[in-house]
Amino acid sequence: MNPFDGEMHASSEEGTEQEARVDRRTWLTEVVSLVGVTAAGLITPALLPAEEGASPAPTHVPGRGPSPYGLRTEGETVQRLTTATHSLTPHQSLHGIITPSALHFERHHNGVPSINPDRHRLMIHGLVDRPLTFAMNDLVRFPSVTRTLFIECSGNSGHEWKGPSGKTVQDTHGLMSTSEWTGVPLATVLAESGVKPDASWVLAEGSDAAAMTRSLPLTEVLKDALLCYAQNGEALRPEQGYPLRLVIPGWEGNTCIKWIRRLKLGTAPFMTREETSRYTDLMPDGKSRQFTFVMEAKSVITSPSGGQRIEPGFVEIRGLAWSGLGSVRAVDVSADGGRTWHPTQLQAPVLPRCHTRFRFGWRWNGDETIIQSRCTDETGYVQPTRTALVASRGTNSFYHYNAIHSWKIDQQGNVTNVSV
Amino acid sequence: MSIILVLGLLLVSPSISVAEESRYGLGLPAGEAAIKAWDIDVNPTGIGLPPGRGTVQQGAIIYENKCAACHGPTGIEGPKDRLIGGQGSLTTAQPIKTIGSYWPYATTLYDYIFRAMPFTAPQSLTSDEVYALVTWLLHQNGIIPKDAVIDARTLPAVTMPNRGGFVSDPRPDVPGH
Repeated sequence: MNPFDGEMHASSEEGTEQEARVDRRTWLTEVVSLVGVTAAGLITPALLPAEEGASPAPTHVPGRGPSPYGLRTEGETVQRLTTATHSLTPHQSLHGIITPSALHFERHHNGVPSINPDRHRLMIHGLVDRPLTFAMNDLVRFPSVTRTLFIECSGNSGHEWKGPSGKTVQDTHGLMSTSEWTGVPLATVLAESGVKPDASWVLAEGSDAAAMTRSLPLTEVLKDALLCYAQNGEALRPEQGYPLRLVIPGWEGNTCIKWIRRLKLGTAPFMTREETSRYTDLMPDGKSRQFTFVMEAKSVITSPSGGQRIEPGFVEIRGLAWSGLGSVRAVDVSADGGRTWHPTQLQAPVLPRCHTRFRFGWRWNGDETIIQSRCTDETGYVQPTRTALVASRGTNSFYHYNAIHSWKIDQQGNVTNVSV
Repeated sequence: MSIILVLGLLLVSPSISVAEESRYGLGLPAGEAAIKAWDIDVNPTGIGLPPGRGTVQQGAIIYENKCAACHGPTGIEGPKDRLIGGQGSLTTAQPIKTIGSYWPYATTLYDYIFRAMPFTAPQSLTSDEVYALVTWLLHQNGIIPKDAVIDARTLPAVTMPNRGGFVSDPRPDVPGH
């Protein structure tokens, strides 16, 4: 019998997250008990670390069979941090640019609705020639588009306006993620209804318990907004808007209305709560900026980052950079608190309105220092320092914080969140 | 049959515009009843406001029963969003954003309360109940008098204190180095 087909694995497949976080030592012991003490005693590869020596070599034990839906291996326990209203992506533990769908950040305004896709409809009405409703089967028949795009909550790093907030990069920058999104261009679906010449704004409304709405300027969203039904090759996750969401490349996440059910065309913004009392940016003079859709260029070092510890010697500084205005042109890194800057290597492909991974090989000599990254996008916009950003906008503007981020490394190699 | 089809096509084709030819023929016409069932938004000119009316007195009772548990007995205590006061605070280090200090349009109150409140039972209030709550909230913020009656005609006419407080986005506004 294949020992990996035993009860232990059946329970871990169906188990809760807590059960899944089986202590590695416990797990190894159970494997050994299934295989038998004798076998474990015989198999002690000298090249493996001592702890591994107690377990049977995988080359001597048949592996387990396929699972219908893929599982993480035991011991890999990286997960989102969740609150009542949002969950944060653990960037300190991820690689590449794609965020695993299960780890994609979420923000909702009254929970994740449970929607039967057969009953879901998208309605288009208002200033159109023909008001229409679409079933999901209709929407997937349209010519489709797939794009790899970041989505960033406008409140990502919002607590940093007041100074260093969270401990880790998940705390400070976890409200952003990247997926490969598939759907139909909004322009294609609107053309089906026919847009009247005087229409200039569109209200997008979700079918969640907040009936979340945003007014969007029609000319802008006709350029590249997508009505998406798939993420990273499979149906959207419920937290991401299943069965249908809007994705507007480079715009603040809340405009990417999830569980979307209605598009209404009009001549002016509808001035919903979300674009008046929320998602507006309060300036020092008491005026608030409204319809600040674009997420400006930003970057952050994800490794080493807050809560981690490094050793003297070679350290590859790694991170993510992005711009809502297009592609990342360059990312510079400083390892001396901003006195000198060094160009980094960008990982291809560098896609517009998508996370771009950067890397910089560095040798840490054990001295206390501050590491930072600075993004420049294809428009020539350079990510500002915290000093410059706060000088311009004050500290009452919770959204759109995109300043250069600083991690301090102390003499023991501990990395902490600081502002300079 | 085929003759009828051909004739039908011949009759129909000349009237199809270029735009219509580029359509995919997907989706179904949305009837008036279907649109009415979902068309809940209210815009600043008052379009979308239903019949109904409310007074401060009616609103106080509904607030106590359906809102106070989250927003506090007087709309200040919380734990959820503070609803009352804060006028004059937007330029201070501790701005207090409320309906009275921050919201630019009174119509948004109707739109939001109906679509999203009470948090545990959204879209459960009648139009009279929503109007009454709007009336109470505007009065508590010192915007309308105690004897005001709010309905589809009077609500869009209410001028909010922070009506002129919003500007368009001037970015890029911060230089890099």
